[in-house]
Amino acid sequence: MGRITLEGVRKSFASHLIIKGADLDIDDGSFVVFVGPSGCGKTTLLRLIAGLEDVSEGRILIDGANVVGVPPSKRGLSMVFQSYALYPHMSVRGNIAFGLKMAGLPKAEIDRKVEAAAATLNLTPYLDRKPRELSGGQRQRVAIGRAIVREPKAFLFDEPLSNLDAALRVQMRLEVTRLQRQLGTTAVYVTHDQVEAMTMADRIVVLNAGRIEQYGSPLELYERPANIFVAGFIGSPRMNFIADEAARRYGAATIGVRPEHIKASRDGEGWEGLVTDAEHLGSDTFLHVDIAGIGNLTARSIGEIGLSAGDRARLLPDPAHIHRFDENGKALHA
Amino acid sequence: MATEQTRGLGRLLITPAVAALFIWMIVPLVMTIYFSTLDYNLLNPGTEAFVGLENYFYFLTDPAFLASLQNTLVLVGSVLAITVIIGTLVALLLDQAVIGRSIVRLMVIAPFFVMPTVSALVWKNLLMHPVSGLFAWIATSLGLRPIDWFAEAPLFAIILIVAWQWLPFATLILLTALQSLDEEQKEAAEMDGAGAFSTFFHITLPHLARPITVVILIETIFLLTVFAEIYVTTGGGPGLQTTNIAFLIYSQALIQFDVGTASAGGLVAVVLANIVAFFLVRIVGRNLET
Ligand SMILES: Nc1ncnc2c1ncn2[C@@H]1O[C@H](COP(=O)(O)OP(=O)(O)OP(=O)(O)O)[C@@H](O)[C@H]1O
Ligand SMILES: [Mg+2]
Repeated sequence: MGRITLEGVRKSFASHLIIKGADLDIDDGSFVVFVGPSGCGKTTLLRLIAGLEDVSEGRILIDGANVVGVPPSKRGLSMVFQSYALYPHMSVRGNIAFGLKMAGLPKAEIDRKVEAAAATLNLTPYLDRKPRELSGGQRQRVAIGRAIVREPKAFLFDEPLSNLDAALRVQMRLEVTRLQRQLGTTAVYVTHDQVEAMTMADRIVVLNAGRIEQYGSPLELYERPANIFVAGFIGSPRMNFIADEAARRYGAATIGVRPEHIKASRDGEGWEGLVTDAEHLGSDTFLHVDIAGIGNLTARSIGEIGLSAGDRARLLPDPAHIHRFDENGKALHA
Repeated sequence: MATEQTRGLGRLLITPAVAALFIWMIVPLVMTIYFSTLDYNLLNPGTEAFVGLENYFYFLTDPAFLASLQNTLVLVGSVLAITVIIGTLVALLLDQAVIGRSIVRLMVIAPFFVMPTVSALVWKNLLMHPVSGLFAWIATSLGLRPIDWFAEAPLFAIILIVAWQWLPFATLILLTALQSLDEEQKEAAEMDGAGAFSTFFHITLPHLARPITVVILIETIFLLTVFAEIYVTTGGGPGLQTTNIAFLIYSQALIQFDVGTASAGGLVAVVLANIVAFFLVRIVGRNLET
């Protein structure tokens, strides 16, 4: 079991309110990702759940029991730190076993569990090495091993992959999700990488300046963003926003269209403009087009469509995928 | 410094420094070796004669030698133990966010800047004096008999004074080491269910292994030659109770005016220091690798 509930959680450092009231219900066994721009309070929120920081206000429940004031070790959670925080003078075995040793388990049982965890993570050949003798990905796995061996109610990850190179990141991303699914343990995962968020999460929490902007499944966030912030944050390249005249025609203060929902052509229908930049990725083409009275829009097309910078192009937004927002930035639904 | 050329240039450039250092060290050493083979007493100038290793024989078979060797080892060992253990505790305390931390830190470091002779005099006359000292006053106001430190526990008194002087050094080094301990490691241990004691023994102490080694090595070098504190307080007595090797050599040379035996003693001290250094580096130096 590992159901985590936040009720009106606030946190201030000195006089600065950093978490401005978070309400959240994390289901048992689900994989929840916190995303948001740098400094929005993701780490702080995770540390509040872990018990490494005290809440200023509100309650945190784990399986229905209020854990405010309960020390971290008694909350039954385990955490993977961004810096891994491995114990440098202990072997891999010692690192993974440390929590079990502190819990006073018998030696034989510790050995059995450590070896099982090491086997799951392909760490068996390295059990007697020191952390400094391991590669980044192996260290990462030791940190994860240390977390899973205690069979916690939930894992807390703070940007665990941000120190790895791109290829390893993709591989570890898959490994972490697979492992979490296999163990069925609740996971809370902090990242600022939206690809990680979209691919790993069952549900995503989008944070902005200490507030939860939206909580939903990746596709929900993509298809029905609750406000302009979420709409702009999820999706790459960013959603195009159009205000004023063109938006008013749709009965909104602002409308948003994702680049992939704009059809670009040399001479078809739609707004006409000048291509200022064209990014050719082979699989896709990103066109940046200046349109009089509307602004600079980005359009994404599959493959090559034979347009380059300096050409004139026409952009046609897909009416089924136009997002409408009121003057406060909230989404308007038909 | 990768290429042949830069290496050659490097060697050329350090030559004057190395030569100066070499002369600086070798001349006194050679002179000491020379004197140690002479029957050379300042009371009978002009009668120096070559006596071979006789001075060494006298020095090593003198009962004062074994006594002072033992005193030296007790002094070094005790001061090391006191400064490392108490230094670690004080450093742990100063690492916490206590009020007025910067002032407390300054006060803890202050003894290091007091000259050994001055601090020894302060301890002798203001603190440990059996009649007018602070300790005596405390003892009498508690209705106890004051201790005459330098008569009843002279070596222990010296150990206290020297430890007091070296405590700041140990504290300072260990404190900087503590401050470089990764906060996340402590938090990881906390999440792993380690209490304050387990965290100290499993995380903090291993982290301090290296700085403790440095403290032990450096302090040993200086503690082997403690002199001023003994000279000012007990003059090596009562009897030989506070005579260490350094003081024994001094008394040979300038109390008995026997330069030959003093030189032999000096060389014995050099050899002893090297033996101690060898074992120290063997035992604790492993921590310095990597
Ligand atoms: N111990 C602290 N004392 C004071 N302010 C803090 C403390 N910890 C965090 N903050 C502030 O809280 C805010 C949120 O910090 P937090 O580390 O949670 O951001 P984050 O979302 O994890 O950012 P990043 O993506 O860069 O890791 C920041 O403005 C930071 O300056
Ligand atoms: Mg962070």
